[in-house]
Amino acid sequence: MDVSAGELMVAQAAREIRDGEKVFVGMRLPLIAFVVAKRTHAPNAIGLFELGLMRDEPAPELLYTMGDPPNVDGAIWSARTIEMMGMLQRGDVEAGFIGGAEIDKHGNLNTTAIGADRQRPSVALPGSGGGADIASLAGRLIVIMPHDKRRLVERVSFITSPGYGTGGDWRQRVGLPRGGPSVLITTLGVFRFQGGEAVLETYHPTTSVEEVRASTGWDLKVLPGVRPTELPSPEVLAIIRGYDPQGFWTRRGE
Amino acid sequence: MRDGISIALGLALEPAIPFAFAHEVIRQGRRDLELIGPISDVLFDQMIGAGCVRQITAAWAGNVSAGLGHAYRRAMEQGIPRRITVRDHSNFTIAQALFAGAVGAPYLPTRTLLGSDIPQANGTFVRATSPFDASPLLLIPAIEPDVTVVACQNADAEGNAQLFGPWGITQEAALAAKKVIVLAEHVVPRQVITSQPNLTIVPSTKVVAVVHEPGACHPSPLQHQYGRDHEFFHEYHRATRTVEGFDAWMKEWVTGLPDRAAYLKKLGGRWDELRRRGGRQWFGPVDA
Repeated sequence: MDVSAGELMVAQAAREIRDGEKVFVGMRLPLIAFVVAKRTHAPNAIGLFELGLMRDEPAPELLYTMGDPPNVDGAIWSARTIEMMGMLQRGDVEAGFIGGAEIDKHGNLNTTAIGADRQRPSVALPGSGGGADIASLAGRLIVIMPHDKRRLVERVSFITSPGYGTGGDWRQRVGLPRGGPSVLITTLGVFRFQGGEAVLETYHPTTSVEEVRASTGWDLKVLPGVRPTELPSPEVLAIIRGYDPQGFWTRRGE
Repeated sequence: MRDGISIALGLALEPAIPFAFAHEVIRQGRRDLELIGPISDVLFDQMIGAGCVRQITAAWAGNVSAGLGHAYRRAMEQGIPRRITVRDHSNFTIAQALFAGAVGAPYLPTRTLLGSDIPQANGTFVRATSPFDASPLLLIPAIEPDVTVVACQNADAEGNAQLFGPWGITQEAALAAKKVIVLAEHVVPRQVITSQPNLTIVPSTKVVAVVHEPGACHPSPLQHQYGRDHEFFHEYHRATRTVEGFDAWMKEWVTGLPDRAAYLKKLGGRWDELRRRGGRQWFGPVDA
């Protein structure tokens, strides 16, 4: 079966949404993961969008941004950022999605800048948006990003979105009320977090533990029983391809 | 408008972005502005590349559906066309800063960004502990923009403005500002406003000018009026990879045109299609 890395990531991300949960959806691949989850195992999931929208059914067509008119029509609530973020801060939101340019083994993400001086960076990245808030305040964090050695690094140069800091009880010590990454889904595999550190659970069928290790900037740890990632079912693949028929998000850069 | 002032704009995040306002600021050659906003799609990128900006106070700067902002990157990495500084925020902290400004509070306490490097990079947040339970907090100081720009569907001649669709941080920014400028798709009779006052995002007491400017938000969408022109964002992304490409794009779409009407005319059938697909009959006053 010809499955793109994007499609595999979407299918995996959809599995992370549980029925009845309130989820900060975000953009790009997570938007499609929300569609898959709603139409399969999580029909009662609720999506929150940081510009001030709440939906109990996905938008009927592909979204390029969360503010596209099809995401507003059919919403159950159109409000303000502060209400959505307020629910997040109260602890009313069970899970949130986020992507990043750089992540380290403790799940800290950098989307701000590459280089030592934030005001004179070697690469200026777009910034937090709502990502740092989701990472700080959601019940758990689902991270999706491309996998290569320059992106999965020992230590990020700037913590935009906090993961587990330096590990252990760091989140509690700095005062974060809850949360932290529960899973890191990349173009090569799926990591869980143990003691605040990423551990490989599955590798995608196109790759191997050795290739994942060679593409990871920290000393890779693997779970006992590490295995290939389960391919999406034909039903799930049909939902993904029905929603993004041109592969704008799921076949980006391929 | 004066050089050097702070302007909040692009406050609903991806929709209702007042590109017409930004383009006129660029045509007027304003300099040393501080831009305040959460995620303003390519609006900040355009104003930075045109040399209007000394600082952005923002959570994000780039091109939402296409990727990084080339002009923002050139300014930060190479000082082209000039050096700018960034005062980093998240979407929540910039909302809270403007909310504090809107309600006359000196700051708002929050638990977001504890453990993030954003507070240190921002430089204005204060670490504190709650006087009630001794838990760690960040104090986010109020922001009060000199001018806030609000794009919306309907406003009356007095400036009472109604925005249909998500508000993002627009209302906080409007109420926190010294002055508000409204760009309205339609200037409507007072009864349209008073029949549905829940839709009013900012009252006339804050508004110094109402501009009747149809199509002010293209290529971003305006709910029930026109859809998002995705391809326009992607064309901008491809065209502005180099300084020369950026300058040519600016000349073609901004400085070489006299006003918004000429811009819409240049869009031609593309604009008609966006209105046809994104437009919907305005339902007007519910009790009229």
